[in-house]
Amino acid sequence: MSAPRPVLLIGCGALAREISWAITRGGWPNMELVCLPADLHNRPQDIPGAMKARIRAAKETGKYSKILAIYGDCGTGGALDAVLAAEGAGRIAGAHCYEFYTGSRAFTALNDEEAGSFYLTDYLVRFFDRLVIEGLGLERYPHLKDEYFRNYKRVVYLAQSDDAALRKKARQAASRLGLDYVYRHTGFGGLESYLAAAGTPPEEEKDDLRKT
Amino acid sequence: MSDDEDDIVLSKLDDAQLVLQMHDDIYDGLGDEIIEGTQILLQRGWTPFDVLTKALVEGMGVVGVDFRDGILFVPEVLQSANAMKAGMSILRPLLAASDAPRMGKMVIGTVKGDIHDIGKNLVGMMMEGAGFEVVDIGINIDAEAYLAALEEHKPDILGMSALLTTTMPYMKVVIDSLKTKGIRHDYIVLVGGAPLSEEFALSVGADAYCRDAAIAVDIAKSFMARQQGAAIAVLDA
Repeated sequence: MSAPRPVLLIGCGALAREISWAITRGGWPNMELVCLPADLHNRPQDIPGAMKARIRAAKETGKYSKILAIYGDCGTGGALDAVLAAEGAGRIAGAHCYEFYTGSRAFTALNDEEAGSFYLTDYLVRFFDRLVIEGLGLERYPHLKDEYFRNYKRVVYLAQSDDAALRKKARQAASRLGLDYVYRHTGFGGLESYLAAAGTPPEEEKDDLRKT
Repeated sequence: MSDDEDDIVLSKLDDAQLVLQMHDDIYDGLGDEIIEGTQILLQRGWTPFDVLTKALVEGMGVVGVDFRDGILFVPEVLQSANAMKAGMSILRPLLAASDAPRMGKMVIGTVKGDIHDIGKNLVGMMMEGAGFEVVDIGINIDAEAYLAALEEHKPDILGMSALLTTTMPYMKVVIDSLKTKGIRHDYIVLVGGAPLSEEFALSVGADAYCRDAAIAVDIAKSFMARQQGAAIAVLDA
């Protein structure tokens, strides 16, 4: 019997650590993970093209049973989904990682509670300086802070881990932006259940396994 | 050589040199220099409209092109916009009191659930620079507030902005409200925002998608010209 062909996950670099942990914790050895650069977070218009190139490269190997994008729509306005549909790849549901970590209903409630919420995840807290401060040019133009954040009221830290150091850093980030601070522990949320479903071999492969 | 010798004295430049220097200063986001240049041109007898269009808007046009081409990024564009705003703060009252050409009127706002306004503000500023009267009704605007603003200000154009995939569908809610009230065709509806596309704009019933502020101006002008052409055709018939 040959081993089932692996599933390829193409994730956002900002989710690499969490996806890897979830795979390890779930014990899904047939999953392989590659990531697109996390700084595409600040350039969503470049995500569909980068995804398409990565999928095409993976298809050329003929190695994978399926390809899944671990991405939200991420501000691509449906352009990412159009690429995935054309290439026959799947995607975890949600507009962005904040939503699939938190769950759609809870995330909608958070946003309805305060539209001016600036969301951080573990990754964004860890690399706040690079992705937010430098990404928005605030190290060069600190006065632009008000321009970017004047309509925000609070930082909401959606935490995947339970890490006191990250909580402290998130609180400092909120203070640096002059915003209130809210903490919500989400864990891996919908990410884990999506991977669990993706990691389950298809029925025909299960049948093959039973026959051997 | 000392730094002083490198300094450019704006008042010593002739008009053409000064305008080119102001384009550079807008590009570099130098608000104080723009204020000074604007005042010098006005003192030399330039009309506020000429200062606006030839010194400020043309300068910002270069910024827009370089943003589109990926040479400049949002922080630099904001710096430039702030420099242009500094000049406009001097010109705005003078323009209001002058007989400068009026292109039309626009009501613009960011849709419900969305608090992002950088793009909207840039569009408003560039539209104003192109001679449109702009009524900015702010952020997180629901359909009722859009309708009330249309009723109150009677614009030619409704502009809606959204930065989020989750909020952009609300544009359809607003446009459907216009249809329900039978007033959809009373307005040119332009939409914009990073996640939007031409297909999306057409699918929600907007007249056009504006990829950036400069394009918004071009599209608005073109719709206004068509509308005026149609009005003339009706009069001629």
